[in-house]
Amino acid sequence: MNNPNPGEPEMLSKEESAKIEKSRRPRSIVLAIVLGALALMFYALTIVKMGPAIFNRPM
Amino acid sequence: MALVDDNLTAAHVAMGGEVGDFVALLKPRVMSLVVFTAAAGMFVAPGSLHPLVAAIAILCIAVGAGASGALNMWYDADIDAIMSRTRNRPIPAGHLDRQTALMFGLVLAVFSVAFLGLATNWFAAGFLAFTIFFYAVIYTMWLKRATPQNIVIGGAAGAFPPMVGWAAVTGNISLDSIVLFLIIFLWTPPHFWALALYKQSDYAAAGIPMMPNVAGERSTRNQILAYSLVLSVSALLPLVTGLTGWVYAVPAIALSATFSGLAVQLWRAPADRMKHKARELFTFSLLYLFGIFLALAADVGIARWLEMIS
Repeated sequence: MNNPNPGEPEMLSKEESAKIEKSRRPRSIVLAIVLGALALMFYALTIVKMGPAIFNRPM
Repeated sequence: MALVDDNLTAAHVAMGGEVGDFVALLKPRVMSLVVFTAAAGMFVAPGSLHPLVAAIAILCIAVGAGASGALNMWYDADIDAIMSRTRNRPIPAGHLDRQTALMFGLVLAVFSVAFLGLATNWFAAGFLAFTIFFYAVIYTMWLKRATPQNIVIGGAAGAFPPMVGWAAVTGNISLDSIVLFLIIFLWTPPHFWALALYKQSDYAAAGIPMMPNVAGERSTRNQILAYSLVLSVSALLPLVTGLTGWVYAVPAIALSATFSGLAVQLWRAPADRMKHKARELFTFSLLYLFGIFLALAADVGIARWLEMIS
């Protein structure tokens, strides 16, 4: 990434940012799956550990 | 060292690595052994967990092991770049920078410990945290580069998972879980020294004080034999503590006899056959550990089933 215009802030070319965008996508998808699974696990664990008793508490 | 010196690799690092690079940081092959021994430890422990809780506990122990792997690769990037066996790991290959691996490892470590505590008990969670600390700090940062006994002491980190699994069920440590620890602990030196015997030039190049290039091949072979014999005896301890019976005894004796036999062959091998015999022992050692823990689980499982139907 050589800066063609010295003195100005470095910018990514369109191709470069498209490339970065493209490599980011699979990571984002995996991260979304991991976070979704984490939320599901917390939910399921809560049900298993507390069971119906989860509703038996004073409001 | 080709860390980040060509443009393509530099651009790759700037993009932050691919999913496969992060998976590689977790050392999936080590993880599979951890999952197996931890699951066996959980299964043979007295008591029971809800299947979902048990699955989450195994996942946490696996992720904790993965975190240790990532922290190890963060710290060891310099020597990994030298050894042929490790040269293609994500950091020396230029796919990830060290900072990313460090953060990845730390985040996974915190999450796995916290989640194990919430799912099972905080003793098991503390034990997992200690295991990660032991591998990443005591082994990787300190002993690995300092002493040829690195494998012996570092092997303890690999031997903790069945104890953590056991603790997830019972909330404590017992003589039986220490026996499980002892089997893996004594298995590690012959396993790694056999590897080191046929990969010694690698370790020498990286300046890692492995036994063959510090104490010599003869001494290493003597020590492999000694550990193998002690291991074979300790593999029978589950019979003494009453954890298992004959279903375990038969395969355990057969496996241990073979292990010791291969160690004797390596010990007696002429110089030109040494590497070949070392490789044989190394390959069998993986089968051995797998077989021992499978036999443990089978024995306890059958005993429980017999109790249930009688």
